This record gives sequence, structure tokens and C-alpha cells, in this order.
Amino acid sequence: MTAIAVLGVGRVGAAVARTALQGGYDVRVAGSGAVEDIALLAEIVIPGARAMSAEAAVEDADMVILAVPLSKYRTVDPGPLAGKVVVDAMNYWAPADGPIAEFEDSRLTSSEIVTRHLHGARLVKTLNHIGYHDLEDHRTPPGTPGRRALGVASDDEPAARAVMDLIDRFGYDPVYSGPLSTGAAFQPGTEIFNGAFAREAFERELGHANGTRLSA
Amino acid sequence: MEIGAYSFGDTQRNPDGTQRSTTEAIQNLFDAIVVSDKAGLDYFAVGEHHTLEMPASSPGALIAAAAAATTQIRLGSGVSVISTDDPVRVFQQFATADAISGGRVEITAGRGSSVDSYPLFGYDLKDYDRLYEDKLELLIRINKNESVTWRGAGRPALDNLLVVPRPVAGSMPIWVGTGGNAPSSVRAGRLGLPVSYGIIGGAPHRFAPLAELYRRTAQQYGHSGPNIKVSVAALGLVAPTKKEALERFHPSWRNMSIQAGKTRGWPAPDDGAYLAQAHAPGAYYVGDPDDVAERIVHLHGYMGHVRHFLQMDIGGLPQDHFLESLTLLATEVKPRVERLLARVS
Repeated sequence: MTAIAVLGVGRVGAAVARTALQGGYDVRVAGSGAVEDIALLAEIVIPGARAMSAEAAVEDADMVILAVPLSKYRTVDPGPLAGKVVVDAMNYWAPADGPIAEFEDSRLTSSEIVTRHLHGARLVKTLNHIGYHDLEDHRTPPGTPGRRALGVASDDEPAARAVMDLIDRFGYDPVYSGPLSTGAAFQPGTEIFNGAFAREAFERELGHANGTRLSA
Repeated sequence: MEIGAYSFGDTQRNPDGTQRSTTEAIQNLFDAIVVSDKAGLDYFAVGEHHTLEMPASSPGALIAAAAAATTQIRLGSGVSVISTDDPVRVFQQFATADAISGGRVEITAGRGSSVDSYPLFGYDLKDYDRLYEDKLELLIRINKNESVTWRGAGRPALDNLLVVPRPVAGSMPIWVGTGGNAPSSVRAGRLGLPVSYGIIGGAPHRFAPLAELYRRTAQQYGHSGPNIKVSVAALGLVAPTKKEALERFHPSWRNMSIQAGKTRGWPAPDDGAYLAQAHAPGAYYVGDPDDVAERIVHLHGYMGHVRHFLQMDIGGLPQDHFLESLTLLATEVKPRVERLLARVS
């Protein structure tokens, strides 16, 4: 069974981990705080997931999902993530979380800044543009008419493909937008971030300016 | 079960949509607490927000005034943003109000739902977690002992210094306010403090695992007894009929959603979402007394909470609708909740 490590057990991390369990994955979770506290948290709030230290959770995981507050991204140790497919579900959202100079002053997407820190990781941006309530409520089987779509951006196309499979098993139609920079189309403040779209409408919103597209 | 209300203050609007004064908002809020006390409501919590729409920035001051003007209602904060305040000052203000009220005052400490208070009081968001951890710990320490020694983030160290006045009962209830982040439930359980869940969207019974996590964590850390308890804060409005309640609350909800959208870049609010939330099992307790009482009791089956309190005055809700809702909560909803709970047990 494919093993997924979710780093972060807040509202987003817990919802992502539960969705991964629904998708049939072997899920391990890690968060800050005492491991026995996280173990109890997982047992009750994310039943089926195994609580571990971040290092242990990542070690033999096939994929890692980052669901920590963006302000803490530098606390994520890049070493163990090298070579791994890593999903960046974080957002820079100043009106809600306050400004962070490094992101405020940059023309790059938040994921392009994160990827510099996580050098060696195969970073994929997705899951940032769906609310944690919606993530568990909007999931539908493949082929369902009007199935909600989620964007996937990465400079690493095989990594993007692997994550597109994950998104499908999470209950959503994956749409590859292109390199990490194209994730700008679904950051906070965009139509996609604010709305919910099925594949065709999603692709229209993306505009596919760069013409890159992978099929699911 | 205790039934109550909370408010961040609600600046009224003129017919043309422009905002009236924040002075009036505070006066309205004070009047509402006095009316709630007379009607027999159990609890009223104030603040803390720092916006034109919601100007109740100083819960301690408002509660001190209310303490002198009321006789039975319990008074608290909802929440005191402890990270960007001085716990010594917060404690002193609330203990002062507690003395005036004869022991009816509580504090709910939280991080707050926005970060507005950081630039206002000169704190750095980089210290978000540490400020909260350290200052909550200081507040707990002051509540236990009148002489305090403490070292931590966000204010100078204390070396065996006296903090007075002391509360009527020796200490005040200190709750932890949370919006549903699981680690916050762990924290409250670990500290052995009562926990207050702010449920402002989704299906409230989904918070049940968090309440269980809180109780199990408390048990794991050896905490038991009356301090291990849960309250629920949610949006809502009571009117004589469900139809009136839906119509009265809708413009308020819409105004608030538009305002939030302007700040956070969200699109125009969706009325379908409003209607979904305003009916069971949604998060808005908008209805007639029967409907609201039944939904509170339904949630009680999941949460086992000891207090349910509503925020009604949002988006320029007319003051007479606010006062009627507070009165109905006390005189119509509360007895229904008690009857229904007696039947269940």
C-alpha cells in the first residue's frame, strides 16, 4: 500500500490525512508536541492514521504532504525529503494569517520560495485551493458528472503525475497546470482559490497559457 | 445547561448602508447585557475585535461596567487575545470586575480569529505560538497564586511580585477558546482548563471528536472534576418564528460576509450557503425557540457541553431584533432546552 506522510495535524493536516485514509492510503501523521499527545490526537481525530515523529513518518513514505502553517515552513527539515514527492498544501494568505516579509516582497509563488528551502524534494503544489471542510465533503468517485477539479503544479512532471493519481483517489479531477510557477493561478485571491470548478471550467480559469497539459 | 450570548460589538448601519458610530455600538452592547441579565440569560461574553464593524476591543472595561449594572448573569471574554495583551493587566481588570459583580466573572483566553491586534500592540507574528503558550501559562499562574514568578515571551519577567485584587472565589474560571484546531484541544486538556469551541461553519456535531480528544487528554494528564468541561459558541438568532429569524439574520449575515470577503478576497456570499447553515445540521442557530432548543440539545448529544452561547449582533443587526433574540433565548429557549435534556437523561 502506498504510504503517505502528512506533516501537520491542524485543521488542514487532519482533513488531508482523513481524506488520504478514505482514498485507501497507509497514512502516518506528525505534528509539533509530545508524540503521545499526537498519538491520542490521531486515534480520535484521524482514526486509522499512525502518529510518528516527522523523521520516522517521512522515512519510508512514498509521498509527503506539507500541511503546516506557511510561517513555519523553515522548521521542516529538508534532508529527509530529498528525492521524495512532496505536496505543498500551504498558502501565503496575509489578510488571514498576517504578512511575512519574505513572501510579501516576492513575485514568486509561495511554493517557488518553499522549494528553495526544500532543495532536493520533488515539490508539487496542490490541495491549497480547497477548504478543509470542502476537502472531505466534495469528494466524489471518478466519472461523477460535475466532479470538482483541483490544480497540480510542479517542475517535475513525473512527480506531478504521481500527485495527480493521489488527487484522483482523494475524490477530485486533477488538472496539471504546468511548472510550479503556474500555481499562481490558484493561490489566494484568485478565482480558482475562491471558487469550486469542474474540470472544463477549471481549465478555462487556468487559461492554459503555457499549453502544457497531462491527461489523468 | 447554561444559555448565553457573545458579541464583538456591532456597528449599526444607516439606511444608505454607511456605518454609524462605534460609540453607539458599545452603548448598544452594554444595554444588551443589562437586558440579558433582566431576562434571565446565564452568560454574556464580550470581544475582542479591533474593527469598525466590530469595535468591542476592551472586554475588561465593558465587563466592569456590566458587572455594576447586572445582578445574576455571568460575564466573560470571548476571547481575550492573550498573545498580544499583558496577562497581568487582563487578570487585574477581570478580577476587579469580579469583585464588583460579586464573583460572576470569567476569562476565556485565545489566539483570536484575526491577527489585527499584532500591529496594534506591537507584537511580531513570528512569535505567534510562543506568545500564546507563555502568556497563557502566566495567566494560569496568576490565577493560582497572588505572588507570581514567571519568565517567558512578550513581557518582562516577574520575580515573586504581587498581583491584586484577588477574585471573590480565590480564582476565576479560565477557559481556552479554540476554533477547532485539534492541537488546541490537546493543549486545553493538558492544562486541565475548560474549553470553549467557536463553531462558525460546517456541521457542529463534527466537533465531537475534538471534545473527546480534549477529555481524553485531560484524563491522560491526571485532570478530572468540574473544571473539565466544554462550551460551544456559535452564530444564531432567535425570533418568534423561523421565517422571521431567517429574514432578520440574513442581511446581517450578508453584510458580515461581504465585509469578510473584502478583507480576505472572497467572492460575494452565496445565499444557498446561508440557508444550508441556518437549518439542521448547519452551524447557524437561526430559528424559533423550538428549533433552536432542539438543535442545541441535538448537539449536546455529541458534545456534552455545559453552555451554549450565540453571537447574534453582526453586520448591523437592528438593536430591537438583538434584544428580542436575547430575551427569547432566556425566556423561551432555555426552558425548552432544560425540558428536552430532562427527557433525554
